[in-house]
Amino acid sequence: MALKFPIFMDAQSTTPVDPRVVDAMLPYFTEKFGHPASRNHPFGWEAEAAVDAARGQIAKLIGARDPKELVFTSGGTESINLAIKGVAEMYREKGTHIVTTVIEQRAGLDVCRRLERQGFEVSYVPVQPDGLVDVEAIRKALTDKTILISVMFANNEIGTIQDVAAVGRLAKEKGILFHTDATQSLGKIPVDVEGMGIDLLSCTSHLIYGPKGVGALYVRRKAPRVRLAPLLDGGGHERGMRSGTLPVPLVVGFGRAAELCGEAMPEERTRLAGLRDRLQDAILSKVDEAFLNGHPERRLPHNLNISFAYVEGESLLMGLNKETALSSGSACTSSTLEPSYVIAALGASAELAHSSIRFSLHRFNTAEEIDYVAKRTIEVVTRLRDMSPLYELAKEGVDIKSIQWKAE
Amino acid sequence: MAYSEKVVDHYNNPRNVGSFTKDTPGVGTGLVGAPECGDVMKLQIKVNLETGLIEDAKFKTFGCGSAIASSSLATEWLKGKTVDEAAKIKNTDIVNELKLPPVKIHCSVLAEDAIKAALSDYKEKWASANAAADSK
Repeated sequence: MALKFPIFMDAQSTTPVDPRVVDAMLPYFTEKFGHPASRNHPFGWEAEAAVDAARGQIAKLIGARDPKELVFTSGGTESINLAIKGVAEMYREKGTHIVTTVIEQRAGLDVCRRLERQGFEVSYVPVQPDGLVDVEAIRKALTDKTILISVMFANNEIGTIQDVAAVGRLAKEKGILFHTDATQSLGKIPVDVEGMGIDLLSCTSHLIYGPKGVGALYVRRKAPRVRLAPLLDGGGHERGMRSGTLPVPLVVGFGRAAELCGEAMPEERTRLAGLRDRLQDAILSKVDEAFLNGHPERRLPHNLNISFAYVEGESLLMGLNKETALSSGSACTSSTLEPSYVIAALGASAELAHSSIRFSLHRFNTAEEIDYVAKRTIEVVTRLRDMSPLYELAKEGVDIKSIQWKAE
Repeated sequence: MAYSEKVVDHYNNPRNVGSFTKDTPGVGTGLVGAPECGDVMKLQIKVNLETGLIEDAKFKTFGCGSAIASSSLATEWLKGKTVDEAAKIKNTDIVNELKLPPVKIHCSVLAEDAIKAALSDYKEKWASANAAADSK
Protein backbone atom coordinates (compact mmCIF):
# COMPACT_ATOMS: atom_id res chain seq x y z
CA MET A 1 0.00 0.00 0.00
CA ALA A 2 1.29 3.44 -0.85
CA LEU A 3 2.13 5.62 2.13
CA LYS A 4 -0.11 8.58 2.84
CA PHE A 5 1.51 11.69 4.26
CA PRO A 6 1.74 13.09 6.83
CA ILE A 7 2.01 9.97 8.99
CA PHE A 8 0.50 10.39 12.45
CA MET A 9 2.62 8.93 15.25
CA ASP A 10 1.63 11.30 18.02
CA ALA A 11 -1.26 9.25 19.38
CA GLN A 12 -0.52 10.09 23.00
CA SER A 13 -1.45 13.69 22.25
CA THR A 14 -4.74 12.71 20.63
CA THR A 15 -6.22 10.07 18.32
CA PRO A 16 -8.45 10.15 15.26
CA VAL A 17 -12.08 9.31 15.96
CA ASP A 18 -12.93 5.80 14.82
CA PRO A 19 -15.56 5.96 12.04
CA ARG A 20 -17.72 3.50 14.01
CA VAL A 21 -17.71 5.98 16.87
CA VAL A 22 -18.82 8.80 14.56
CA ASP A 23 -21.69 6.60 13.33
CA ALA A 24 -22.86 6.06 16.89
CA MET A 25 -22.74 9.79 17.65
CA LEU A 26 -24.50 11.25 14.62
CA PRO A 27 -28.15 10.61 15.55
CA TYR A 28 -27.62 12.40 18.85
CA PHE A 29 -26.91 15.70 17.13
CA THR A 30 -30.17 15.80 15.19
CA GLU A 31 -33.15 13.55 15.82
CA LYS A 32 -32.12 12.36 19.31
CA PHE A 33 -31.21 15.74 20.72
CA GLY A 34 -32.95 15.57 24.10
CA HIS A 35 -31.57 16.73 27.45
CA PRO A 36 -30.81 13.71 29.61
CA ALA A 37 -32.11 15.54 32.68
CA SER A 38 -35.53 16.15 31.10
CA ARG A 39 -37.53 13.64 33.08
CA ASN A 40 -40.94 14.27 31.65
CA HIS A 41 -40.85 13.41 27.96
CA PRO A 42 -39.48 10.85 25.52
CA PHE A 43 -36.71 13.11 24.23
CA GLY A 44 -35.21 13.26 27.71
CA TRP A 45 -35.72 9.55 28.34
CA GLU A 46 -34.03 8.66 25.10
CA ALA A 47 -31.03 10.88 25.90
CA GLU A 48 -30.80 9.55 29.44
CA ALA A 49 -30.86 5.96 28.19
CA ALA A 50 -28.03 6.76 25.76
CA VAL A 51 -25.95 8.36 28.50
CA ASP A 52 -26.55 5.44 30.82
CA ALA A 53 -25.54 2.99 28.13
CA ALA A 54 -22.28 4.90 27.64
CA ARG A 55 -21.71 4.89 31.39
CA GLY A 56 -22.12 1.13 31.29
CA GLN A 57 -19.66 0.76 28.43
CA ILE A 58 -16.98 2.73 30.26
CA ALA A 59 -17.73 1.03 33.58
CA LYS A 60 -17.15 -2.31 31.93
CA LEU A 61 -13.80 -1.21 30.51
CA ILE A 62 -12.49 -0.21 33.96
CA GLY A 63 -14.14 -3.00 35.94
CA ALA A 64 -16.40 -0.67 37.93
CA ARG A 65 -19.12 -2.37 39.93
CA ASP A 66 -21.76 0.23 39.17
CA PRO A 67 -22.01 2.51 36.10
CA LYS A 68 -23.26 5.27 38.43
CA GLU A 69 -19.72 5.54 39.74
CA LEU A 70 -18.79 7.37 36.54
CA VAL A 71 -19.11 11.13 36.38
CA PHE A 72 -18.81 12.72 32.95
CA THR A 73 -16.57 15.75 32.61
CA SER A 74 -15.09 17.79 29.79
CA GLY A 75 -11.93 15.67 29.66
CA GLY A 76 -8.87 14.44 31.51
CA THR A 77 -7.83 17.83 32.83
CA GLU A 78 -11.21 18.46 34.42
CA SER A 79 -11.38 14.94 35.85
CA ILE A 80 -7.98 15.36 37.49
CA ASN A 81 -9.00 18.79 38.85
CA LEU A 82 -12.27 17.43 40.20
CA ALA A 83 -10.63 14.41 41.81
CA ILE A 84 -7.81 16.20 43.60
CA LYS A 85 -9.50 19.51 44.43
CA GLY A 86 -12.75 17.74 45.23
CA VAL A 87 -11.08 15.46 47.76
CA ALA A 88 -8.95 18.28 49.17
CA GLU A 89 -11.94 20.46 49.87
CA MET A 90 -14.22 17.68 51.11
CA TYR A 91 -11.70 16.08 53.47
CA ARG A 92 -9.85 19.19 54.61
CA GLU A 93 -11.01 18.67 58.18
CA LYS A 94 -9.46 15.22 58.14
CA GLY A 95 -6.07 16.27 56.80
CA THR A 96 -4.20 18.60 54.50
CA HIS A 97 -1.49 16.38 53.05
CA ILE A 98 -1.38 14.87 49.56
CA VAL A 99 1.20 12.47 48.13
CA THR A 100 1.85 12.45 44.39
CA THR A 101 4.79 11.90 42.02
CA VAL A 102 7.11 14.20 40.12
CA ILE A 103 6.10 12.79 36.72
CA GLU A 104 2.35 13.42 36.83
CA GLN A 105 0.74 15.20 33.93
CA ARG A 106 0.79 18.95 34.09
CA ALA A 107 -2.83 19.06 35.30
CA GLY A 108 -2.00 16.87 38.30
CA LEU A 109 1.09 18.88 39.20
CA ASP A 110 -0.56 22.26 38.72
CA VAL A 111 -3.58 21.36 40.84
CA CYS A 112 -1.20 20.31 43.61
CA ARG A 113 0.77 23.55 43.31
CA ARG A 114 -2.44 25.53 43.66
CA LEU A 115 -3.46 23.53 46.71
CA GLU A 116 -0.05 24.23 48.25
CA ARG A 117 -0.77 27.94 47.89
CA GLN A 118 -4.04 27.29 49.72
CA GLY A 119 -2.34 25.74 52.70
CA PHE A 120 -2.10 22.09 51.73
CA GLU A 121 1.12 20.17 51.94
CA VAL A 122 2.13 18.05 48.97
CA SER A 123 4.88 15.44 48.79
CA TYR A 124 6.23 14.79 45.30
CA VAL A 125 7.73 11.32 45.29
CA PRO A 126 10.63 10.92 42.85
CA VAL A 127 10.89 8.12 40.32
CA GLN A 128 13.62 5.60 39.63
CA PRO A 129 15.71 5.83 36.43
CA ASP A 130 13.23 3.51 34.68
CA GLY A 131 10.32 5.80 35.56
CA LEU A 132 8.82 3.51 38.18
CA VAL A 133 7.74 4.91 41.52
CA ASP A 134 8.91 2.88 44.48
CA VAL A 135 5.79 2.08 46.48
CA GLU A 136 7.89 2.08 49.64
CA ALA A 137 8.85 5.69 48.87
CA ILE A 138 5.15 6.53 48.79
CA ARG A 139 4.68 4.74 52.10
CA LYS A 140 7.48 6.79 53.65
CA ALA A 141 5.92 10.02 52.41
CA LEU A 142 2.60 9.34 54.16
CA THR A 143 1.73 11.15 57.36
CA ASP A 144 -1.27 11.05 59.68
CA LYS A 145 -2.52 14.09 57.76
CA THR A 146 -2.48 12.40 54.32
CA ILE A 147 -5.91 12.35 52.69
CA LEU A 148 -5.02 11.41 49.11
CA ILE A 149 -2.44 9.48 47.11
CA SER A 150 -2.44 10.48 43.45
CA VAL A 151 -0.26 8.39 41.14
CA MET A 152 -0.64 8.21 37.38
CA PHE A 153 -1.37 4.81 35.86
CA ALA A 154 1.06 5.13 32.95
CA ASN A 155 3.16 8.09 31.94
CA ASN A 156 2.26 10.17 28.90
CA GLU A 157 5.85 10.66 27.76
CA ILE A 158 7.75 7.48 28.58
CA GLY A 159 4.83 5.08 28.90
CA THR A 160 6.08 3.51 32.12
CA ILE A 161 3.25 1.65 33.85
CA GLN A 162 3.21 2.01 37.62
CA ASP A 163 2.46 -0.81 40.03
CA VAL A 164 -1.02 0.59 40.54
CA ALA A 165 -2.32 -2.44 42.43
CA ALA A 166 0.48 -2.12 44.98
CA VAL A 167 -0.31 1.58 45.48
CA GLY A 168 -3.97 0.60 45.86
CA ARG A 169 -3.12 -1.96 48.54
CA LEU A 170 -1.05 0.60 50.40
CA ALA A 171 -3.86 3.16 50.25
CA LYS A 172 -6.36 0.59 51.52
CA GLU A 173 -4.04 -0.48 54.32
CA LYS A 174 -3.71 3.13 55.49
CA GLY A 175 -7.30 4.14 54.85
CA ILE A 176 -6.26 6.87 52.41
CA LEU A 177 -8.05 7.63 49.14
CA PHE A 178 -6.23 6.72 45.93
CA HIS A 179 -6.61 8.62 42.67
CA THR A 180 -4.98 7.51 39.43
CA ASP A 181 -4.71 9.45 36.18
CA ALA A 182 -5.45 6.75 33.61
CA THR A 183 -5.84 9.05 30.62
CA GLN A 184 -3.05 7.25 28.75
CA SER A 185 -3.91 3.74 29.89
CA LEU A 186 -7.65 3.48 29.37
CA GLY A 187 -8.48 1.16 26.51
CA LYS A 188 -4.82 0.32 25.93
CA ILE A 189 -4.01 -1.98 28.84
CA PRO A 190 -6.21 -3.66 31.46
CA VAL A 191 -7.52 -1.23 34.05
CA ASP A 192 -9.48 -2.67 36.96
CA VAL A 193 -10.67 -0.30 39.66
CA GLU A 194 -11.89 -3.16 41.88
CA GLY A 195 -8.88 -5.43 41.50
CA MET A 196 -6.41 -2.55 41.83
CA GLY A 197 -7.98 -0.74 44.75
CA ILE A 198 -8.59 2.49 42.88
CA ASP A 199 -10.98 5.01 44.49
CA LEU A 200 -10.83 7.72 41.83
CA LEU A 201 -9.79 7.34 38.20
CA SER A 202 -9.46 10.07 35.57
CA CYS A 203 -9.82 9.27 31.90
CA THR A 204 -10.63 10.93 28.61
CA SER A 205 -12.30 10.03 25.33
CA HIS A 206 -10.02 11.57 22.72
CA LEU A 207 -7.10 9.25 23.46
CA ILE A 208 -9.18 6.15 22.76
CA TYR A 209 -10.48 7.07 19.29
CA GLY A 210 -13.42 8.97 20.74
CA PRO A 211 -14.34 12.65 20.37
CA LYS A 212 -12.55 15.53 22.11
CA GLY A 213 -14.38 17.43 24.82
CA VAL A 214 -15.53 14.62 27.06
CA GLY A 215 -13.92 12.61 29.83
CA ALA A 216 -14.93 10.83 32.98
CA LEU A 217 -14.02 10.50 36.60
CA TYR A 218 -14.66 7.21 38.34
CA VAL A 219 -15.75 7.90 41.92
CA ARG A 220 -16.04 4.85 44.16
CA ARG A 221 -19.44 4.50 45.84
CA LYS A 222 -18.73 1.61 48.20
CA ALA A 223 -15.87 0.62 50.47
CA PRO A 224 -15.20 3.47 50.83
CA ARG A 225 -17.86 5.85 49.57
CA VAL A 226 -15.88 8.75 48.15
CA ARG A 227 -17.36 12.23 48.44
CA LEU A 228 -16.23 15.19 46.39
CA ALA A 229 -16.77 18.90 46.54
CA PRO A 230 -17.86 19.94 43.02
CA LEU A 231 -15.88 22.40 40.93
CA LEU A 232 -19.03 23.86 39.38
CA ASP A 233 -22.23 24.92 41.07
CA GLY A 234 -25.44 24.41 39.17
CA GLY A 235 -28.20 21.93 38.51
CA GLY A 236 -26.63 19.12 40.48
CA HIS A 237 -26.17 16.75 37.58
CA GLU A 238 -23.92 13.71 37.83
CA ARG A 239 -24.82 12.96 41.44
CA GLY A 240 -24.13 16.58 42.34
CA MET A 241 -20.46 16.28 41.43
CA ARG A 242 -20.57 17.90 38.03
CA SER A 243 -23.32 20.28 37.09
CA GLY A 244 -23.92 21.17 33.48
CA THR A 245 -25.85 19.72 30.55
CA LEU A 246 -24.15 16.56 29.37
CA PRO A 247 -22.86 16.69 25.79
CA VAL A 248 -24.87 13.63 24.79
CA PRO A 249 -23.29 13.00 21.36
CA LEU A 250 -19.81 13.16 22.89
CA VAL A 251 -20.80 10.92 25.77
CA VAL A 252 -22.29 8.39 23.34
CA GLY A 253 -19.09 8.51 21.30
CA PHE A 254 -16.94 8.04 24.39
CA GLY A 255 -19.01 5.00 25.36
CA ARG A 256 -18.78 3.43 21.93
CA ALA A 257 -15.03 4.14 21.79
CA ALA A 258 -14.60 2.43 25.16
CA GLU A 259 -16.57 -0.57 23.97
CA LEU A 260 -14.48 -0.89 20.81
CA CYS A 261 -11.23 -0.60 22.78
CA GLY A 262 -12.38 -3.28 25.18
CA GLU A 263 -13.20 -5.64 22.34
CA ALA A 264 -9.99 -4.97 20.44
CA MET A 265 -7.58 -4.75 23.38
CA PRO A 266 -6.05 -8.25 23.39
CA GLU A 267 -5.31 -8.14 19.67
CA GLU A 268 -4.52 -4.43 19.45
CA ARG A 269 -2.12 -4.47 22.36
CA THR A 270 -0.05 -7.22 20.80
CA ARG A 271 -0.13 -5.67 17.35
CA LEU A 272 0.91 -2.19 18.52
CA ALA A 273 3.64 -3.56 20.77
CA GLY A 274 4.93 -5.52 17.77
CA LEU A 275 5.03 -2.40 15.59
CA ARG A 276 6.60 -0.40 18.41
CA ASP A 277 9.32 -3.02 18.90
CA ARG A 278 9.96 -3.03 15.17
CA LEU A 279 10.46 0.75 15.26
CA GLN A 280 12.65 0.58 18.34
CA ASP A 281 14.85 -2.20 16.94
CA ALA A 282 15.22 -0.47 13.58
CA ILE A 283 16.38 2.78 15.20
CA LEU A 284 18.51 1.47 18.05
CA SER A 285 20.31 -1.05 15.81
CA LYS A 286 21.41 1.73 13.45
CA VAL A 287 22.04 4.74 15.68
CA ASP A 288 24.79 4.84 18.29
CA GLU A 289 24.23 6.68 21.55
CA ALA A 290 20.47 6.54 21.30
CA PHE A 291 18.82 5.65 24.57
CA LEU A 292 15.43 4.22 25.41
CA ASN A 293 13.66 6.30 28.06
CA GLY A 294 11.45 4.56 30.57
CA HIS A 295 11.07 0.98 31.66
CA PRO A 296 12.06 -1.57 28.99
CA GLU A 297 9.13 -3.90 29.77
CA ARG A 298 6.59 -2.20 31.99
CA ARG A 299 5.34 0.29 29.45
CA LEU A 300 2.42 1.11 27.23
CA PRO A 301 2.34 -0.97 24.06
CA HIS A 302 2.07 2.07 21.79
CA ASN A 303 4.79 4.22 23.34
CA LEU A 304 8.43 4.64 22.37
CA ASN A 305 10.60 7.41 23.78
CA ILE A 306 14.22 7.74 22.70
CA SER A 307 16.92 10.30 23.47
CA PHE A 308 19.39 10.88 20.66
CA ALA A 309 22.58 12.22 22.21
CA TYR A 310 24.09 15.34 20.57
CA VAL A 311 20.87 16.16 18.70
CA GLU A 312 18.33 18.67 19.97
CA GLY A 313 14.77 17.32 19.90
CA GLU A 314 13.00 20.24 18.29
CA SER A 315 15.48 20.35 15.40
CA LEU A 316 14.97 16.62 14.90
CA LEU A 317 11.21 17.09 14.74
CA MET A 318 11.70 19.95 12.30
CA GLY A 319 13.46 17.57 9.95
CA LEU A 320 10.60 15.08 10.16
CA ASN A 321 7.47 17.12 10.65
CA LYS A 322 6.55 17.64 7.02
CA GLU A 323 5.90 13.95 6.67
CA THR A 324 5.59 12.60 10.22
CA ALA A 325 3.81 13.94 13.28
CA LEU A 326 5.85 13.17 16.38
CA SER A 327 6.37 14.91 19.66
CA SER A 328 9.28 16.10 21.71
CA GLY A 329 8.34 15.93 25.35
CA SER A 330 4.62 16.35 25.83
CA ALA A 331 2.37 18.45 23.64
CA CYS A 332 1.43 20.47 26.70
CA THR A 333 4.99 21.67 27.21
CA SER A 334 6.28 22.01 23.68
CA SER A 335 5.35 25.69 23.52
CA THR A 336 7.98 26.36 26.17
CA LEU A 337 11.72 25.97 25.95
CA GLU A 338 11.98 23.83 29.04
CA PRO A 339 13.29 20.34 28.49
CA SER A 340 11.01 17.48 29.43
CA TYR A 341 10.59 17.39 33.21
CA VAL A 342 9.71 13.72 32.94
CA ILE A 343 12.96 12.74 31.26
CA ALA A 344 14.85 15.02 33.64
CA ALA A 345 13.15 13.26 36.58
CA LEU A 346 14.67 9.97 35.44
CA GLY A 347 18.06 11.40 36.32
CA ALA A 348 19.12 11.81 32.69
CA SER A 349 21.34 14.77 31.94
CA ALA A 350 19.50 17.91 30.90
CA GLU A 351 21.13 17.56 27.51
CA LEU A 352 19.48 14.17 26.98
CA ALA A 353 16.18 15.62 28.17
CA HIS A 354 16.51 18.14 25.34
CA SER A 355 17.12 15.27 22.94
CA SER A 356 14.06 13.10 23.55
CA ILE A 357 11.48 12.16 20.96
CA ARG A 358 8.22 10.38 21.58
CA PHE A 359 6.75 8.07 18.98
CA SER A 360 3.21 7.02 19.89
CA LEU A 361 1.28 4.63 17.71
CA HIS A 362 -2.41 4.15 17.10
CA ARG A 363 -4.94 1.71 15.72
CA PHE A 364 -4.46 2.77 12.11
CA ASN A 365 -0.63 2.75 11.84
CA THR A 366 0.91 0.21 9.47
CA ALA A 367 4.21 -1.65 9.26
CA GLU A 368 5.08 0.37 6.14
CA GLU A 369 4.67 3.57 8.13
CA ILE A 370 6.91 2.20 10.87
CA ASP A 371 9.66 1.34 8.40
CA TYR A 372 9.45 4.73 6.76
CA VAL A 373 9.57 6.65 10.02
CA ALA A 374 12.52 4.58 11.23
CA LYS A 375 14.43 5.25 8.01
CA ARG A 376 13.74 9.00 8.05
CA THR A 377 14.56 9.32 11.74
CA ILE A 378 17.94 7.70 11.19
CA GLU A 379 18.64 9.99 8.22
CA VAL A 380 17.77 13.17 10.08
CA VAL A 381 19.70 12.18 13.22
CA THR A 382 22.74 11.47 11.07
CA ARG A 383 22.45 14.79 9.26
CA LEU A 384 22.05 16.77 12.49
CA ARG A 385 24.95 15.00 14.13
CA ASP A 386 27.11 15.98 11.19
CA MET A 387 26.40 19.57 12.14
CA SER A 388 26.52 19.09 15.91
CA PRO A 389 29.56 20.56 17.69
CA LEU A 390 28.87 18.19 20.59
CA TYR A 391 29.03 15.13 18.37
CA GLU A 392 32.28 16.43 16.89
CA LEU A 393 33.77 16.95 20.35
CA ALA A 394 32.62 13.50 21.46
CA LYS A 395 34.20 11.91 18.38
CA GLU A 396 37.45 13.75 19.16
CA GLY A 397 37.32 12.08 22.57
CA VAL A 398 36.53 15.26 24.50
CA ASP A 399 34.38 14.71 27.58
CA ILE A 400 31.59 17.22 27.10
CA LYS A 401 31.11 17.48 30.84
CA SER A 402 34.72 18.60 31.26
CA ILE A 403 34.09 21.80 29.30
CA GLN A 404 33.23 24.93 31.26
CA TRP A 405 29.98 25.88 29.53
CA LYS A 406 28.66 29.33 30.06
CA ALA A 407 24.93 28.97 30.52
CA GLU A 408 22.87 31.93 29.36
CA MET B 1 5.20 26.54 16.02
CA ALA B 2 5.39 27.53 12.40
CA TYR B 3 8.85 28.55 11.21
CA SER B 4 9.49 31.36 8.77
CA GLU B 5 10.47 30.36 5.25
CA LYS B 6 14.00 31.63 5.80
CA VAL B 7 14.47 29.54 8.93
CA VAL B 8 13.23 26.47 7.08
CA ASP B 9 15.56 27.23 4.19
CA HIS B 10 18.62 27.55 6.43
CA TYR B 11 17.61 24.41 8.31
CA ASN B 12 17.20 22.39 5.12
CA ASN B 13 20.20 23.91 3.35
CA PRO B 14 22.54 25.12 6.05
CA ARG B 15 25.36 27.28 4.66
CA ASN B 16 28.93 26.65 5.67
CA VAL B 17 28.59 23.66 7.97
CA GLY B 18 31.97 22.37 9.04
CA SER B 19 35.15 23.09 10.93
CA PHE B 20 38.59 24.59 10.42
CA THR B 21 41.57 23.22 12.27
CA LYS B 22 41.82 25.56 15.22
CA ASP B 23 45.48 26.49 14.85
CA THR B 24 45.32 27.34 11.16
CA PRO B 25 46.70 30.89 10.75
CA GLY B 26 43.88 33.45 10.77
CA VAL B 27 41.28 31.13 12.31
CA GLY B 28 39.25 32.33 15.28
CA THR B 29 36.89 29.96 17.09
CA GLY B 30 33.88 30.73 19.26
CA LEU B 31 32.08 28.02 21.24
CA VAL B 32 29.07 29.33 23.15
CA GLY B 33 25.93 28.08 24.84
CA ALA B 34 25.54 25.02 27.04
CA PRO B 35 24.30 21.50 26.34
CA GLU B 36 21.93 21.59 29.32
CA CYS B 37 20.27 24.68 27.89
CA GLY B 38 19.70 22.90 24.60
CA ASP B 39 21.89 25.21 22.51
CA VAL B 40 25.58 25.05 21.64
CA MET B 41 27.09 26.95 18.73
CA LYS B 42 30.57 26.66 17.34
CA LEU B 43 31.38 29.43 14.92
CA GLN B 44 34.73 29.90 13.20
CA ILE B 45 36.12 32.66 11.02
CA LYS B 46 39.15 32.49 8.79
CA VAL B 47 40.76 35.87 8.28
CA ASN B 48 43.12 36.52 5.41
CA LEU B 49 46.13 37.86 7.28
CA GLU B 50 47.22 39.85 4.22
CA THR B 51 43.94 41.70 3.58
CA GLY B 52 42.32 41.56 7.03
CA LEU B 53 39.11 40.28 5.44
CA ILE B 54 37.13 37.31 6.70
CA GLU B 55 37.48 35.03 3.73
CA ASP B 56 35.61 32.06 5.11
CA ALA B 57 33.37 31.09 8.02
CA LYS B 58 31.99 27.80 9.28
CA PHE B 59 29.61 26.64 11.98
CA LYS B 60 28.26 23.64 13.80
CA THR B 61 25.21 23.97 16.02
CA PHE B 62 23.38 21.78 18.51
CA GLY B 63 20.00 23.42 18.96
CA CYS B 64 16.60 24.06 17.51
CA GLY B 65 15.91 25.05 13.91
CA SER B 66 16.13 28.74 14.76
CA ALA B 67 19.53 28.27 16.38
CA ILE B 68 20.78 26.42 13.32
CA ALA B 69 19.38 29.13 11.03
CA SER B 70 20.86 31.96 13.13
CA SER B 71 24.35 30.52 13.00
CA SER B 72 24.06 29.57 9.34
CA LEU B 73 23.01 33.14 8.50
CA ALA B 74 25.84 34.54 10.63
CA THR B 75 28.44 32.64 8.61
CA GLU B 76 26.96 34.05 5.39
CA TRP B 77 27.11 37.59 6.70
CA LEU B 78 30.64 37.26 8.06
CA LYS B 79 32.24 36.39 4.76
CA GLY B 80 33.90 39.35 3.08
CA LYS B 81 33.69 41.60 6.14
CA THR B 82 36.60 43.04 8.07
CA VAL B 83 36.91 42.09 11.70
CA ASP B 84 35.62 45.51 12.73
CA GLU B 85 32.63 45.29 10.42
CA ALA B 86 31.86 41.79 11.71
CA ALA B 87 31.76 43.09 15.28
CA LYS B 88 28.84 45.32 14.29
CA ILE B 89 26.50 42.43 13.49
CA LYS B 90 23.69 42.61 16.04
CA ASN B 91 21.30 39.91 17.17
CA THR B 92 18.39 42.14 16.16
CA ASP B 93 19.63 42.04 12.55
CA ILE B 94 19.33 38.26 12.69
CA VAL B 95 15.89 38.44 14.33
CA ASN B 96 14.64 40.72 11.56
CA GLU B 97 16.16 38.73 8.71
CA LEU B 98 14.84 35.36 9.97
CA LYS B 99 11.60 36.75 11.43
CA LEU B 100 12.25 34.96 14.71
CA PRO B 101 9.37 34.91 17.20
CA PRO B 102 10.02 36.30 20.72
CA VAL B 103 10.51 32.82 22.18
CA LYS B 104 13.45 32.28 19.78
CA ILE B 105 15.26 35.58 20.25
CA HIS B 106 17.79 33.88 22.50
CA CYS B 107 19.00 31.94 19.41
CA SER B 108 20.01 35.21 17.76
CA VAL B 109 21.67 36.38 20.98
CA LEU B 110 23.67 33.19 21.03
CA ALA B 111 24.71 33.72 17.41
CA GLU B 112 25.92 37.24 18.25
CA ASP B 113 27.83 35.81 21.21
CA ALA B 114 29.38 33.20 18.92
CA ILE B 115 30.52 35.90 16.47
CA LYS B 116 32.04 37.94 19.31
CA ALA B 117 33.76 34.89 20.75
CA ALA B 118 35.24 33.95 17.38
CA LEU B 119 36.44 37.52 16.79
CA SER B 120 38.06 37.79 20.18
CA ASP B 121 39.74 34.40 19.76
CA TYR B 122 41.06 35.56 16.40
CA LYS B 123 42.36 38.81 17.88
CA GLU B 124 44.07 37.01 20.71
CA LYS B 125 45.84 34.61 18.39
CA TRP B 126 46.43 36.44 15.14
CA ALA B 127 45.82 40.21 15.42
CA SER B 128 49.54 40.91 15.83
CA ALA B 129 50.27 38.94 12.65
CA ASN B 130 47.63 40.98 10.85
CA ALA B 131 49.01 44.22 12.25
CA ALA B 132 52.41 43.23 10.93
CA ALA B 133 50.83 42.68 7.52
CA ASP B 134 49.15 46.11 7.73
CA SER B 135 52.35 47.91 8.53
CA LYS B 136 54.14 46.51 5.49
